[in-house]
Amino acid sequence: MAEILRLDGITKRFGPVLANDDISFALNEGEVLALLGENGAGKTTLMNILFGHYMADAGTVTVAGTPLPPGQPGAALEAGVGMVHQHFTLAGNLSVLDNVMLGTRPLFSLRAGRRAARARLAELSGRFGLAVDPDARVADLSVGERQRVEILKALYRDARVLILDEPTAVLTPQEVEALFATIRKAVAQGLAVVFISHKLGEVMAVADRVVILRRGAKVAEMRSAETDRHRLAEAMVGAEITPPDVPPAVPGEVLFRLDRVSTAGTPGLRAASLALRAGTITGIAGVSGNGQRALADLLSGLEVPVEGRAELMGAGLGIWSPRRAVGAGIARIPEDRHATGAIADFDLTGNAMLEDYHRPPMSRRGWLDRRAARRRAEEIIARYDVRCPGPATPIRLLSGGNMQKLILGRVLEAGPRIILAAQPTRGLDIGAVTYVHRQLLAARARGAAVLLISEDLDELRALSDVIHAIHDGELSPAFARGEITVKELGLWMAGQGGRDAA
Amino acid sequence: MELFDILVSATFWAAVLRIASPLIFATMGELICERAGVLNLGIEGIMVAGAFAGWIAVYAGLPLWGGVAVAFGAGVAFGLLHGLLTVPLGLSQHVAGIGITMLATAATYFAYRVALPEVSSPPKITAFQPTGWAVLGSQTVLTWAALATVAVTGWVLWRTPLGLALRAAGENPAAVEAQGLPVHALRMGAVAVGSGLMAVGGSFLTLSAFNSFFFEMVNGRGWVCIALVVFGAWRPGRALLGALLFAGFDAFQIRLQQTSLGAGLPYQLFLAMPYLLSVLALVVMSRRTEVPAALMTPYNKGER
Repeated sequence: MAEILRLDGITKRFGPVLANDDISFALNEGEVLALLGENGAGKTTLMNILFGHYMADAGTVTVAGTPLPPGQPGAALEAGVGMVHQHFTLAGNLSVLDNVMLGTRPLFSLRAGRRAARARLAELSGRFGLAVDPDARVADLSVGERQRVEILKALYRDARVLILDEPTAVLTPQEVEALFATIRKAVAQGLAVVFISHKLGEVMAVADRVVILRRGAKVAEMRSAETDRHRLAEAMVGAEITPPDVPPAVPGEVLFRLDRVSTAGTPGLRAASLALRAGTITGIAGVSGNGQRALADLLSGLEVPVEGRAELMGAGLGIWSPRRAVGAGIARIPEDRHATGAIADFDLTGNAMLEDYHRPPMSRRGWLDRRAARRRAEEIIARYDVRCPGPATPIRLLSGGNMQKLILGRVLEAGPRIILAAQPTRGLDIGAVTYVHRQLLAARARGAAVLLISEDLDELRALSDVIHAIHDGELSPAFARGEITVKELGLWMAGQGGRDAA
Repeated sequence: MELFDILVSATFWAAVLRIASPLIFATMGELICERAGVLNLGIEGIMVAGAFAGWIAVYAGLPLWGGVAVAFGAGVAFGLLHGLLTVPLGLSQHVAGIGITMLATAATYFAYRVALPEVSSPPKITAFQPTGWAVLGSQTVLTWAALATVAVTGWVLWRTPLGLALRAAGENPAAVEAQGLPVHALRMGAVAVGSGLMAVGGSFLTLSAFNSFFFEMVNGRGWVCIALVVFGAWRPGRALLGALLFAGFDAFQIRLQQTSLGAGLPYQLFLAMPYLLSVLALVVMSRRTEVPAALMTPYNKGER
């Protein structure tokens, strides 16, 4: 097969940070190349250079033998490079057809040429197995359908190289399968695919070749047929990773219970039942936007039940508010640590006292005790290994992993009975992920009840003693560890559980 | 009975179209800006500047259409300034827009004093005359141009690739960029042309509705147009309907003042009526509208 894409010595600096360090690789027609690396390894930067969003400081991109002018997305598109971004670039209020047609015709033509476009879109949909209604408003589509629109956009423009940036992050297992089928159809027709991921299983499943990036540099390149997950992981992290041991659970009393609880808002919970037991981890699997936030908000005191009964330590919730939730010993690791977990411009001391600044020892008779607060921050920094210049550092200067460690310290120091961990490892590198997992398991061993909301099925299946799937605000029945396969879980996540779960 | 008489009189409908014309031009201008993602609160000042520029150009000897062109050009100039501030520089669209309104109004006042230092009342020109065409012959050709503007705006926005790109720039500029189209150029162009239309709307007042220039003559019409865009749910046809409705209220209240009912009530009440009814209509109509998702969001390449 002929070579279609070549990157030569790509180097890119952002200030003092070397994001891409002399990276080279080539891609052939009909081949799937996986670009594997942790968050911050430089994958997305590299693809943005390839696509012309960024200018490389050095190096060249060659498509089908012709070098691309740097920094021009238009030129990359012309040459047949199509990119599906991690964050979709679709206009929600426009139709699928409009989104696909955008920018494909000279701006100053008098007609849009919708009829021809519609026919071509239908033809591509059929050829690549990407069914989607051309007249649907993009905002009304599911995430999986939106991704199909993104891929169709690229195919519509005769893409010969398709770049998929973390395409599976938001999909159910079944949608992932469908995506892989599309990728196989595409390469069978001579397209080349670059598949960016940090998930080893997917890379092994779909890629012919794997290029591994670490800290901006290419550290390895192997054929997926000649390697295994373990070796990929080692190359990606640069060290041996041992997952934490999960000892058998010692379930205690029920600390928090939902009995057919519904909440307001969309998507709110709908008649959800759940029991969090001391000494267990309860996992919630689901594609984001299916009511996870309502569940997390309910536990954090931001949301109240409008129907059904919620019990905390065997008693009703009473007047429920975030402050009462904190007072009742519920530790909250929020989903979006930047938006709701920390105040970016406050220093570590300020952020460490956010949940109990109004109580001794953080304040007395209405006055803050800065010294006690600073001591608390220093303790957390030491005990939870928060890498930072000191407690007076604004928290926005910390990496995601270190920010998460501070939040962990803040909520775990008090020895909480109930822990809400919403997407606690999102965006963290493997080292930090393992650390968070160990902390959650330690809390479980201490007798805490942990609610773990995650999109990472591997994480959920490794840690959870009990697992529920959530779809459109409805919780599936509880499944004990090992009682449910990924496939069945995927069906529940798609709202089809219990029907044909064979 | 008197109310009914008003509604069936030909002069009432002629007045509705006359009052609506400047609103239609300026509303289409604002609609184009907002569809591309830029709120243009400079509209009030740009209408003042357009009213003056068109009039003074004709006073200086240009033909009437020349005056319209000059007004359009003045609008484009202020639009480019607003675009520069809000698109590449990404400043607050509210603040920049109000600044443009103040600047354009003050600059007009200044230009007026420089051009006519010694007059006590502004000179008159020969304005556009009624066409005398069959239906509604009392309208000038500019009114027909206003109606044509609605059709052209609708066509361009929904039937051409350019319009699709403009609307997408107002919905998700990253999507436009990802397709290799220049977001900033699209937005700048929309603001420039939209502002030009606003100024033409202003010039209607001096070149068609009346034959001279006064400072108070725009009198909040720009702000009404901002509301009309919302009322029209960012759609030209519905915005036209809104402009006609507002003009209808206005024409109605003037005639109502002269009836026996009007004699018994303070006239300020009647003056307030179109605005009150507009607010009411706005509340009813704009519940479920789809605001351009990226309206008032600056776009910078390379940022998320």
